Amino acid sequence: MPAKLAISYRHVVKCFGRLKAVDDVSLDIAEGEFMVIVGGSGSGKTTLLRLANRLIEADGGNITVEGRNVSNVDPVALRRRIGYVFQSGGLFPHLSVADNIGITPKLLGMPTANISARVDELLELVQLDRAAHRDRLPEALSGGQRQRVGVARALAARPRIVLMDEPFGALDPLTRDALGDDYRSLHRKLGLTSVMITHDMTEAILLADRIAVMRAGKLLAQGTPKELTKSGDAYVTELLRTPRRQVERLNALLPESGCA
Amino acid sequence: MSLLADPRWGEALAHLPDYLGNHVRVSLAALALGLVVSLPLAILTRNRPAPRGMLLAFASIVQTVPGLAMLALFYPLLLAAASVTLAWFGVSFSAFGFLPAMLALALYSMLPVLRNGITGLNGIDPALIEAAKGVGMTARQSLLMVELPLALPVMMAGIRTAAVWVIGTATLSTPIGQTSLGNYIFAGLQTQNWVFVLFGCFASALLALAVDQLLGLIERGLRHRNRLRAALGCVGIAALVAATLVPAMGRSSQGYVVGAKTFAEQYVLSALLKDRLQVAGLSATVRSGLGSSVIFEALKAGDIDLYVDYSGTLWANQLHRADIRPRTELLAELKTALARDKITLLGELGFENAYALVMPRQRADSLGIRTIADLAAHAPSMSIAGDYEFFSRPEWAALQKAYGLSFRAQRQMQPDFMYAAIASGEVDVIAGYTSDGLIAKYDLTTLDDPRQAIPPYDAILLLAPKRAGDERLQAALKPLLGKIGIATMREANLRASGNDANSSPDAVAKWLWETVKQR
Repeated sequence: MPAKLAISYRHVVKCFGRLKAVDDVSLDIAEGEFMVIVGGSGSGKTTLLRLANRLIEADGGNITVEGRNVSNVDPVALRRRIGYVFQSGGLFPHLSVADNIGITPKLLGMPTANISARVDELLELVQLDRAAHRDRLPEALSGGQRQRVGVARALAARPRIVLMDEPFGALDPLTRDALGDDYRSLHRKLGLTSVMITHDMTEAILLADRIAVMRAGKLLAQGTPKELTKSGDAYVTELLRTPRRQVERLNALLPESGCA
Repeated sequence: MSLLADPRWGEALAHLPDYLGNHVRVSLAALALGLVVSLPLAILTRNRPAPRGMLLAFASIVQTVPGLAMLALFYPLLLAAASVTLAWFGVSFSAFGFLPAMLALALYSMLPVLRNGITGLNGIDPALIEAAKGVGMTARQSLLMVELPLALPVMMAGIRTAAVWVIGTATLSTPIGQTSLGNYIFAGLQTQNWVFVLFGCFASALLALAVDQLLGLIERGLRHRNRLRAALGCVGIAALVAATLVPAMGRSSQGYVVGAKTFAEQYVLSALLKDRLQVAGLSATVRSGLGSSVIFEALKAGDIDLYVDYSGTLWANQLHRADIRPRTELLAELKTALARDKITLLGELGFENAYALVMPRQRADSLGIRTIADLAAHAPSMSIAGDYEFFSRPEWAALQKAYGLSFRAQRQMQPDFMYAAIASGEVDVIAGYTSDGLIAKYDLTTLDDPRQAIPPYDAILLLAPKRAGDERLQAALKPLLGKIGIATMREANLRASGNDANSSPDAVAKWLWETVKQR
């Protein structure tokens, strides 16, 4: 039996002036799935992501979230229901870590005491020390810590769907690896549906259940990493070959783990 | 005597509650009005470049209008508006003092508030506005919770600039009848009372500084979410307003208001009129430093009760007459014309303050010059100096026409320098003022005008329409009529131009009364 759909795009079109940013894209994301959309800059991947919570309005086609057509849903209510992690955090610089995390529950009218408890819970979830970070301003945090706060903020109102806009792109490789792994386990633990966009195929392969590849507004291919290798598309093949080639070169350059 | 021991500091201090209170009230009211108008405009136009550009252009143009002109313009504007509301709705309002000053200053405060407001709101990283939307804020919540707090430092800087500008410019609202710290400065400059000038400058600078610091406190409080600081700043501003309201409420009805224009003779005469009323048991205050065009309208509207004007001035400016009549005829016609506006011309004081051609006495005697007709023959080899407006006034055209005057050179000068220039022989003739004390000081003589090219400028006492039948008032003033001769007034003006305690308008007015009452 096919799983229930969390998000479904059907023949979706979005134009900016004469540029077709999203060109007749159809894509299904099942509940509990970790979908990663891969593409270069200008491929339309960010536009596709933002159409789901109506940060951008579609020009044509249908988008449903949890079975309901998004154009019939109040956009503000929709966004409060869907977590969103912004590129390089998007934290409000004038608000403390706790206030940033608690913003959506506050907008939903949750009592202050409950918000406070929820913030503590979330700080623990994203592995930030409560005492050290709660009352800091974002400027006092490292890039990785900021992104952990960004994830905590997206999860604060207990969404079932989380959208992530190149969340780990600007981080150093070690932090990026750790955050990716940590998020992946949160995804499983909380039973989330996650949609993440990235330009990095390696990251996609390591995190995703399924990958969708976009180029110039078109959806070129979709499937599990394994399924993608069978894609006949030259661009997709090239994208997949790059991580492997890198690994081979690394193996050639570095001695086998001698100290293990 | 040391500067600090000067008794005029005490006199200045005595005026402080009144002047400072009025200054604070008009400045803060203007600032509040400016904010209430500008902040919503800045918010509404933040995403609309076309109206935003127009708004900023308008505010910039307003800013280029000199402060004095802006304040002066609002007076006739409001007079016209008041007559319209009277005709249409049967209600009128006073176009004098507070209202025009507040509106003009509010307009002045708009540019910094608008510009900084718009800059602050537009300078926010678009990614943050996107994030505000993304976490589920409505447009309103985004504005209140993200955009305004982030724009706050830039906006507050604009508000602080506006506050300093408004408090500084408010000193220029004295000529349109709004009492302010400018009263010290206007009076001080005209009567060479440097203590008053200094006092006025320091007081307004300190006030501007204090308000700026209080606003800074509020800003830091808001920015660092420090309620105590923000509250302290607000309490400071509120205390300032409250402190200035107390004397205003405590003051009883003002009684009679004596008006005075912006030169020394007027300060002395208004002090004299006030003294006479007070001696007669009537309460009276002086509203000094009023602009020449404002003071007549203020009398007509009843904002002031009495003042001294000059027949030739009203003849030209109010009756718009260019022809010249003999004194008595002109006075009679003026009296009839004023009566149509229900203004009482109570009578002449006894001297004229007219333009006159003035020469050193000895030089005139040795050349045998007694009249302007005598001067005409010598003029081509002589130079003449006048104040900034004299050579473009009808009197000068009439003089040239009547006597065929043609000088070798003509120069424009600040009046004070003009007298020094003729005393030192730098120029041969000056267009002076007949009642000026410096004529006696430098031993100068005024040349007769046998062809009556210069209209008469008799000092006349005018009463507001509402005082037309006021017999107590008129009885108190009648002893002055015809009693102040030209020599007496010159001496009084000379005393007033001194720079010591005996040269205050009040002191000179007392001397003047002592001199006059013996007649």
